[in-house]
Amino acid sequence: MSVEVRIPTILRTYTGGEKAVPGEGATLSEVIDHLEGNHPGIKERLIEAKDGQSDLRRFVNVYVNDEDVRFTGGLGTSVSDGDQVVVLPAVAGGAGDVAEPANRI
Amino acid sequence: MLRIDQETYDAIIAHAKRDHPDEACGVVAGPEGSDRPERFVPMVNAASSPTFYEFDPTEQLSLYREMDAREEEPVVVYHSHTATEAYPSRTDTGLAMEPNAHYVVVSTREHGNSDGPVEFRSYRIVDGQVTEEEVSVFATIEQLRSQD
Repeated sequence: MSVEVRIPTILRTYTGGEKAVPGEGATLSEVIDHLEGNHPGIKERLIEAKDGQSDLRRFVNVYVNDEDVRFTGGLGTSVSDGDQVVVLPAVAGGAGDVAEPANRI
Repeated sequence: MLRIDQETYDAIIAHAKRDHPDEACGVVAGPEGSDRPERFVPMVNAASSPTFYEFDPTEQLSLYREMDAREEEPVVVYHSHTATEAYPSRTDTGLAMEPNAHYVVVSTREHGNSDGPVEFRSYRIVDGQVTEEEVSVFATIEQLRSQD
């Protein structure tokens, strides 16, 4: 499955400044692995190990065709030819010390 | 330096006062590369918290799509602190992911929802490094535009 992956400003250092790059895979997880093949280092900005399993980082938002993947199966979300995957770092913060730096993009 | 017009400056403060004691948040979008904040976009704080803010992920996507379509970027990302000074917290610094944005923090700790002066400060936050910058307020958006 060929998809388009939209890259946020903060991660364009991995894509040579490109705002969008081609992706391949049947699930979001596969798309991210493929992305890592072309743009080494980008995967660990998106994914962390949690309780022995990989999961999206808390402050990374990923959408497949405008649907937040947290509601569609997370990394297992299936993708189809022509789908668009959008990555956005959460816009978040605040006075309290609640964020673990490891959770950020 | 952050250059901003009076109406937008006042709108950010009004939003912060309205949402006190919860933190308020939003952006001011502007033409890509212009460094000019022109379009005030208050956002809902999905966390509804006095110590944390987070854009609702679905609203955030709509906002970013809209900015893309209009060839804009988030020139200002603002939020309020409601019990502490207008300086980026560890959380703010750790989660600042727009290297081109001016991060505005206002503090409503003194007057809350009431009239009265509000601390309004602006920062660059890049790779966890915070640099405060001057804020220059222009009477009108036209005056701001004529700076270029």
